[in-house]
Amino acid sequence: MAQVVMKDLNKKYDEVHAVKDVNLHIRDKEFVVLVGPSGCGKSTTLRMVAGLEEITAGEITIGDRVVNDLPPKDRDIAMVFQNYALYPHMTVYDNMAFGLKMRKFPKAEIQKRVQEAAEILGIHELLKRKPRQLSGGQRQRVAVGRAIVRHPQVFLFDEPLSNLDAKLRVQMRVELKRLHDRLETTAIYVTHDQVEAMTLGDRVVVMKDGWVQQVGEPLELYSRPANRFVAGFIGSPAMNFADVTIGEAGGVLWAESPGFRVKVPPPRVDRLRPHKGQRVTLGVRPEDLHLASPTHPADYTFDATVEVVEPLGSEILLDIRAGNTPMVARVDPSVRVKVHETVRLALDPERLHFFDVKTEANI
Amino acid sequence: MKTPLAGGAGSATGVQVALPRSRASGRSGLARALEHEQLLAAGLLAPTIILLGLFIAYPFVMGVWLSLSDTSVGNPGRFVGLQNFVKAWQDSIFRTAFGNTVFYTFWATLFKLALGMWLALLLNRHFRGKRLVRASMLLPFIIPTVLSTFAWRWMFDPTFSVLNWTLYKTGFIVTKLPFLSDGTWAMWCAIVINTWRGMPFFAITLLAGLQTINPDLHEAASLDGANAWRRFWHVTWPLLKPVTLVVVVFSVIQTFSDFQLIYVLTGGGPANSTHLVATYAYQIGVATGLLGEGAAISLFMLPVLLIVVWAQLRYLRRLEGA
Amino acid sequence: MVIERRWKTWVFFYLPLTLFVIGTLFPFYWMFITAIRPDAELYRSWRAVNNAPFWTLQPTLAHVNDLLAKTTFPRWLWNTFFIAVVSTGISLFCGLLGGYALARLRFPMAGMLGTSIFVTYLVPPTLLFIPLADIIRSFQLGNTPWALILTYPTFLIPFCTWLLMGYFKTIPRELEECARIDGATRFGAMVRIIFPIAVPGILSAGIFAFTLSWNEFIYALVFLSSPERKTVPVGVVSELIRGDIYFWGQLMAGALLGSVPVALVYSFFVEYYVTGLTGSVKG
Repeated sequence: MAQVVMKDLNKKYDEVHAVKDVNLHIRDKEFVVLVGPSGCGKSTTLRMVAGLEEITAGEITIGDRVVNDLPPKDRDIAMVFQNYALYPHMTVYDNMAFGLKMRKFPKAEIQKRVQEAAEILGIHELLKRKPRQLSGGQRQRVAVGRAIVRHPQVFLFDEPLSNLDAKLRVQMRVELKRLHDRLETTAIYVTHDQVEAMTLGDRVVVMKDGWVQQVGEPLELYSRPANRFVAGFIGSPAMNFADVTIGEAGGVLWAESPGFRVKVPPPRVDRLRPHKGQRVTLGVRPEDLHLASPTHPADYTFDATVEVVEPLGSEILLDIRAGNTPMVARVDPSVRVKVHETVRLALDPERLHFFDVKTEANI
Repeated sequence: MKTPLAGGAGSATGVQVALPRSRASGRSGLARALEHEQLLAAGLLAPTIILLGLFIAYPFVMGVWLSLSDTSVGNPGRFVGLQNFVKAWQDSIFRTAFGNTVFYTFWATLFKLALGMWLALLLNRHFRGKRLVRASMLLPFIIPTVLSTFAWRWMFDPTFSVLNWTLYKTGFIVTKLPFLSDGTWAMWCAIVINTWRGMPFFAITLLAGLQTINPDLHEAASLDGANAWRRFWHVTWPLLKPVTLVVVVFSVIQTFSDFQLIYVLTGGGPANSTHLVATYAYQIGVATGLLGEGAAISLFMLPVLLIVVWAQLRYLRRLEGA
Repeated sequence: MVIERRWKTWVFFYLPLTLFVIGTLFPFYWMFITAIRPDAELYRSWRAVNNAPFWTLQPTLAHVNDLLAKTTFPRWLWNTFFIAVVSTGISLFCGLLGGYALARLRFPMAGMLGTSIFVTYLVPPTLLFIPLADIIRSFQLGNTPWALILTYPTFLIPFCTWLLMGYFKTIPRELEECARIDGATRFGAMVRIIFPIAVPGILSAGIFAFTLSWNEFIYALVFLSSPERKTVPVGVVSELIRGDIYFWGQLMAGALLGSVPVALVYSFFVEYYVTGLTGSVKG
């Protein structure tokens, strides 16, 4: 059972409180992604699991052992670093064999495992080469291979794809996912790229300023973000946010700002009534904005001026302004609008979000 | 700001299970020491600390004690306070030696810096045979000082000096120059030799510094209309100041405490006129056996070195802070 | 325009460069030529008609022969070499370990220790030789190579430490971290991963230390007394002068042969030496 449990995990560097009260239970065979902007504490958390950073407070359990006092080599983990960290003076074979040699594996077993991993990763022709003779993508594979041969309980990935160019990144992403399916080992993956997080993770942990913002399956984070930060972080282009005031007119609650007014959907009225007369943040994703047609209920439509048209081929991004609020809408490529035109847009009432202005939590 | 966890399936619930803390089973004390950061650091630094402590710190303390006593060879001394220092200061030979040392250090360092800088600038271009030239330029610094000084001494020989011969034959002089037989001449000869020997150190180090300067800066300056000298003064020199400072500090320490050159060249003569602090300390302490007085003379070097290093480090910090 | 530039290059570049090269290398030439000239030529009067000091038409190996056969010069060569190698070894050992600790490990007093190693450099041998002579005597190491082997590291270790410290800092930390995850202790990661990568730095430090050691004089002068124990610099100075008479032919032969080993080692490793020189200054 290779589960990883973090209990009340904290890390302080002198004055800086980098990781704050992280509680996480990662199940056996699960692929969990820690994602967030630079400085959010995700790498520090990973390094504490690895044993490369001292734990200030809290507990980390790997399998059935508490590992707080164990050095990295005794934790039965393997790590893939952002810049590969291949030993430059050794061949690819020796790089991959190093960990097994340290653990005094017999030569035959080492050879078997290295060959196996090399086959899986397609690097068996590179075994005699030195790292400086390899391309970036090849080096990355060797780094992964080095981790695989150890058959560890947990894989740790520290932004492994960040140093690759865009195309290679996409390719390696898919390969990593296939690898995980094949190896069925618990994995913790750190990245700042939300696309990687969404595509790779069984569950995703969003972090900011040392706090865990939300933990959940990718789609759940997408459709039910816990707060404004998660809502804005997940999804590209980012969710549109508008400052609105909740007003009542004709027995109905409206979300209003100058030049913009939509009805508060009935299922949400109860939660929003206490905010009557106050400001809240309204959130709607670009893909949930459509050009209004007669089938759309008028209460959920609004006018906006088109400021920029970005044709991407598969879709068109419209940079619009509704009253004072700039927004982005993703529309069908067949739409024909021109700059400075006023268009009528409709939003999907079931995909509307409201966030408390002070706590930023989803209402 | 803490946000409540909107947990997905399987987030941590309130399961409280006391898990066993993993014990370092079967790991020897040595293994633990090799892993523990502080213990390992202590172990790694121990040999250095022991050696330096035994052969620098301890002798230094002993030297201070010696200088405050009247010890001589075969005669353990008593504490005499600052008597040795006073005696040294009143000794005209010592004052000459101290003055010589300052004179020698000042001029040699100046020449080494100027010539070294010039050579570094010359070597900063590409030309055929550059590697060979660069390698051979370092020879004066590599070859043991004592041996090359002997070669110079032979070149300065009163009877057979090749320099005298050349100058005579080319009509520059009529009588032989008293290279080593006159005190002042001899000091300048020493300065020449020290410069010859130390200039490569400056040149190579400054060259390395020059090579870190982005050539774009020179191009920009030249487009702005600066000629070679101005480019040097306004672009190159400011960027080289830190490296120069470090090199100068090293060199001053070496030159001020120099012993070999004068010992071989003149032995301190003629008539004790070319002594340096170090050679005089040797003469008093070892040759004459007055250990206490010799130690006191050596110690006169320390305040000067400290002041020089402190002043230059201050300047360096100011440069880097600016 | 082009002609002017060429003229400028000649005056401002080739001419000074040539002067530098001649000035730097002439003393060595003089050393060499003196060593192979017969005595008759060496001591010829100035006013003699065929006095041509810059070259000789009758080179002789008499001086070199006398040096090797009739003096303890070969012994000195061996002594100097032995002492240089062993003290370089000791200093490299201390410098490697200490440099790693200062560059990579976090521990209290790290800054202070680094500074104090620098401070020892401020206490030059010419300040310490008098009390050290006493200490050497009381340890009963007087007149043995061990007196030098144990004291040379005092000025070699700071250099080696700084050099290697600077070198270690250029090696990415991830390499050791990865090694520690792969199964090595901190110490194991240092020895198996970092040291092999640092070989160029070790070579630089080693060459530099070797030449410094060969060049040392005052400790050798004070601690060694019997002729067969002496090092080359001390031997040449003290033993090749009988009475007041300088046997220049032999002396220069001694100077030449005494320089050859160092020059040879240097010539094979020029790049490393230069790195050592510039690296220690930067560190």
